[in-house]
Amino acid sequence: MIKVIFVSADGSRRSVEIDEGLTAREAALFNNVPGIDGDCGGVCACATCHVHVDHAWINQVGLPEEGGMEDDLIQFAEGATETSRLACQIPMIPALDGLVLHLPKLQH
Amino acid sequence: MATVAAQETVQYKSVDSIPLGEINVANPHLFQNDTVGEYFARLRREDPVHYCAESRFGPYWSVTKFNDIMAVDTNHKVFSSEAKLGGIAVQDMHSVEGALELEMFIAMDQPKHDQQRKAVSPVVAPSNLLLLEPTIRERAGAILDSLPVGEEIDWVKLVSVELTTMTLATIFDFPWDERAKLTRWSDVTTASPETGIVESFEQRRAELIECAMYFKGLWDERINKPGGNDLISMMAQSPATRDMPFLEFLGNLLLLIVGGNDTTRNSISGGVLALNQNPGEYQKLRENPALVASMVPEIIRWQTPLTHMRRTALADAEIGGKAIKKGDKVVMWYLSGNRDESVIERADEFIIDRKNPRHHLSFGFGIHRCMGNRLAELQLRIIWEEILKRYRLVEVVGEPERLLSNLVRGITRLPVKLHAL
Repeated sequence: MIKVIFVSADGSRRSVEIDEGLTAREAALFNNVPGIDGDCGGVCACATCHVHVDHAWINQVGLPEEGGMEDDLIQFAEGATETSRLACQIPMIPALDGLVLHLPKLQH
Repeated sequence: MATVAAQETVQYKSVDSIPLGEINVANPHLFQNDTVGEYFARLRREDPVHYCAESRFGPYWSVTKFNDIMAVDTNHKVFSSEAKLGGIAVQDMHSVEGALELEMFIAMDQPKHDQQRKAVSPVVAPSNLLLLEPTIRERAGAILDSLPVGEEIDWVKLVSVELTTMTLATIFDFPWDERAKLTRWSDVTTASPETGIVESFEQRRAELIECAMYFKGLWDERINKPGGNDLISMMAQSPATRDMPFLEFLGNLLLLIVGGNDTTRNSISGGVLALNQNPGEYQKLRENPALVASMVPEIIRWQTPLTHMRRTALADAEIGGKAIKKGDKVVMWYLSGNRDESVIERADEFIIDRKNPRHHLSFGFGIHRCMGNRLAELQLRIIWEEILKRYRLVEVVGEPERLLSNLVRGITRLPVKLHAL
């Protein structure tokens, strides 16, 4: 199991666990973390699982490929920053155990 | 034209008697009489990516299954929305003589699409919607309070049109007493003469120019008045949209008017109809009003207010095993994908407490995904919350009338009777 910590906009932290090989989107959805919808089913097509990767983790997680679909979608998400990612595009690997993700203020 | 109409009329008699190659699901009559679902069911079963070699819209591919539609929608580098190639509907844009050659970002590719969309999207962003919610709720309540109980009324006219028009007037900060103009312009934008909404394309052109001139007046008032968070101020003040050519200005306005009007209007009407056709679901809702949250996306799936979006292949490609040639017209039938049993469990049933109700195609996916989806959901949520506070039953008491259109899945009249709590 890999641990992910979701920090909501009001600062409250929620630690969840998810099987290796799934994504950060599923880590949120399977544990009813509010603020992540993932309407498209996790195929990088809707940007309703937008998260801000904690600065301490952005190097391990990496940035979206420039000009790729994720990059194209994030530009339309409200409040997108340089550490914005779509949770469905973050596969949970052992190196990301303890990953900290910040939820946007509003996803709806 | 008479022969086309005759063929189209004959076609809807029996779906199984028609040779597969002759199926033309773009026939608008199939939507007006609401039989198109049988055609889509057959295509999903027998020929999910179907080629129609001859129609009044020219040859086109129909993509009818959920995952194939998703694959096309998210491949914007191969499947273009560009107006000059035909645009976003099975009926080519710019194909009608005497019509305006409108330009709008929904019918553009990158990079221009991205710039223009970014300029206007803040108006429907979550933080702005939060500010709009109390106003929409107050207006929804006022509409409902004005309705007579126990008398037959037209829900479309008195509620669906009223609420969406008021919301639109709010986001445009449009002169309140003249807001009926917005409804009219929305209807006119998607109308052809056969619908009876306009008598000719010349009339349509004249009315849309009148619309443009009206908005030009508002634009000129607001361009030098910084700070407005309405759509017109945003467009007038953003570098990406400030210097738009006239037809682009008009096109984008109409896009926002139609996008914010026709669609939600028909979901508001469609929800009432669906609950009446499924009294068990209505009962569940009355017993547990919290189900509004999952009912809203289910209504939007069920209604699928825009039946399709079209793309044009920029290169040879493959969809569901079929070879698409560069230049081919590809129609993604969202209405069909939303009934695809291989992805949506019991897809032919209206179920207000589905486990995964947001997984539907009505908003499209990818970079052209509906910009106003949260505003649509907000309006539906509010109207149902307010209905449940006031009425035990909104009873459909007559046959609904449907729009003659293969794009807007519209309900033009829905007679209902209200029952008090």
